[in-house]
Amino acid sequence: MIPGAFTYHRPKSIDEAAALLTSLGEEARPLAGGHSLIPMMKLRMATPEHLVDLAGIPELKGVCQNGGDIIIGAMTTQAELIASELLAAQVPILRETSLVIADPQIRYCGTLGGNVANGDPGNDMPAVMMTLDARYTIVGEKGRRVIPSREFYQGAYYTALEPGEFLVSVTIPALPDGHGFAYEKMKRKVGDYATAAAAVVLTKKDGVIATCALALTNVGDTALFAEEAAQILIGSRLDAASLARAAAAAEAIAAPATDGRGTAAYRTSIAGVMVARAVRRAFERA
Amino acid sequence: MSKIQKMHVTMTVNGETVEGLVEPRTLLIHFIREHLLLTGAHIGCDTGHCGACTLDIDGKSVKSCTMFAVQAEGSSIVTIEGLAAPDGTLHALQEGFRMMHGLQCGYCTPGMILRAHRLLIENPNPTEAEIRFGISGNLCRCTGYQNIVRAIQYAAAKLNGTQFQEAAE
Repeated sequence: MIPGAFTYHRPKSIDEAAALLTSLGEEARPLAGGHSLIPMMKLRMATPEHLVDLAGIPELKGVCQNGGDIIIGAMTTQAELIASELLAAQVPILRETSLVIADPQIRYCGTLGGNVANGDPGNDMPAVMMTLDARYTIVGEKGRRVIPSREFYQGAYYTALEPGEFLVSVTIPALPDGHGFAYEKMKRKVGDYATAAAAVVLTKKDGVIATCALALTNVGDTALFAEEAAQILIGSRLDAASLARAAAAAEAIAAPATDGRGTAAYRTSIAGVMVARAVRRAFERA
Repeated sequence: MSKIQKMHVTMTVNGETVEGLVEPRTLLIHFIREHLLLTGAHIGCDTGHCGACTLDIDGKSVKSCTMFAVQAEGSSIVTIEGLAAPDGTLHALQEGFRMMHGLQCGYCTPGMILRAHRLLIENPNPTEAEIRFGISGNLCRCTGYQNIVRAIQYAAAKLNGTQFQEAAE
């Protein structure tokens, strides 16, 4: 399958890329790892006239710590997230999640920025970013702005990004020492999107859940921040009744489509199962 | 459509500098197969799922049906044609696939071997589970993977200078 014709640009700096994307407007798309965009172009479901390849911009790569915050460049690949010792120590849920994204080859190319900014509800990182309360730094014509991940997603493939804007980095606020975390993903096979998946980050004090953030993948038009389910768990010792109520609260906000992964009812039910498994595992780890 | 200018690309393939004039939309697999006439890498699914087009690019295993040739500008690529020694002596992985019967129709084999090549560089002594996880982006519709795993174990042992022990049945 051959994509439609386009003009290729390879800027060397963020400013150069921002100027290009601004001047080319809606006919241009930024190209990160390409493993979502290129398949869409081959199907002619995406037909950009210009591709602005971000691979030649060193400032968009890498993981660093700034005070308590962890800052990850948008072009950092899933394989680099898996290999990062800093992330393994500070934000281990990113490694756990990266390992269930696509397959080894795709993880060498696929980027964190592409995964969070594409707006595909099947992508795994948006829900994780919501549980971490991550912030996205975006650059465009008017300079930089920061958008909380919980406010970024507006619909399938619709995000807070304006034409000409692109993601520069993701900032993850410091997590408490000894936090518990889990990403549970039900998928039919390697490389598949989730039938349903759940991300959770929690802390415990004296055996009681003190803080909890929960989000769901691929059971709605966007990743879903499951605030009520998390509230139910806070203050509990993870007894069966509160876990069941939390899973039910998560199922109540799930609205998946019926597709090859199962009926809407089945996928909703799996969302609840993923929440229960993720919370149990996070609780044990905390 | 045709008003879009072709672009000049230069890369290193199996140790040799190659260049070409390509449309930006030319996929790397087409450049490798049709411009360079290196037809070892195959196009299987053409959607990024099957891994038959896997090449080693700058130390990464990449599905070359999901990358434009222009993105590979300046990179260093290894294809299946570049694995054997210049005198024709097979690479340990090629020998392993032969000795362990790691292929039947052979369509997935170049991609499997290139992927296993990078896997063994990153993890010279993988467990069976690590091998299976490591090749999970490569589909084989003939072997059921058993002999592919054995072939990779054979190659790992040979590269490590140890004796290949087949797991007890």
